[in-house]
Amino acid sequence: MRVKVLLFARLREIAGQSALSCDVAPGATIADVWQAIAMAHPRLAPFGAAVSCARNEDFARMQTPVKDEDEIAFLPPVSGGALELIGS
Amino acid sequence: MKEVKGVHDVKAVPEVKEYTGAMSAARLAIVSDAPSAEALGRDLEQDARYQGEGCGAVCTFAGIVRSTHQNRRVKYLEYEAFAPLALKAFARIEDEIGREWPGTSIAIHHRIGRLEIGETSVAIAAASAHRADAFRACRYAIERVKQVAPVWKHEYFEDGDVWVEGAASDIEDEAARRQALERACA
Repeated sequence: MRVKVLLFARLREIAGQSALSCDVAPGATIADVWQAIAMAHPRLAPFGAAVSCARNEDFARMQTPVKDEDEIAFLPPVSGGALELIGS
Repeated sequence: MKEVKGVHDVKAVPEVKEYTGAMSAARLAIVSDAPSAEALGRDLEQDARYQGEGCGAVCTFAGIVRSTHQNRRVKYLEYEAFAPLALKAFARIEDEIGREWPGTSIAIHHRIGRLEIGETSVAIAAASAHRADAFRACRYAIERVKQVAPVWKHEYFEDGDVWVEGAASDIEDEAARRQALERACA
């Protein structure tokens, strides 16, 4: 099945695109979608521990299962703190 | 982009910007023009004037683009949002305020796009029958916006640029919510 992926802020800049699509196996979770994206864009991989996510414009968790044609958004930490992640 | 089976570029998908159209006149909005905390406060007061005890206090907050960040000179900022989710986060904050300070109303407008020094990035107003609740709700709202709203700040300095990223708080994280509440009531 295929899901649409949205990337924001630094993640978007690193990937060089704000949207892409991703094929995952039935039963896949949002974490599996992230794995696939991080394989395609290895510089995203270090953000795995810090990203949060949304499924179809609702807050979700990495263990949330995905369905065909879902829209999955990966969100770097929001502004408002001073912590700068690796690579800044 | 490395070729990986199953991951494709999507050219037809709209750019992020298209998710961030202005929704003015709403209490909760992502906007591309300068927001006004005073205007939000006036609207809240008018709506609350004859509700319950009436409106005895309006508290406003404006977040402003500062000229320095950690001793670096700022040139300008860019804010980016995932607007549909940001509006859900704002609605959650409004709901939390309704439960914490019944009868208190709130408005939150966050700007996106390029902002110059001195411009308002976020405008918040809280209206209540009495001042204590208005002050607390206003402070709580900005603390929560900073914690959970999917809005990102890209700072451009004279000598480089950086995404300002903080610890991401899960919107369901009760400890983070309590921390915002403690700050609001300090």
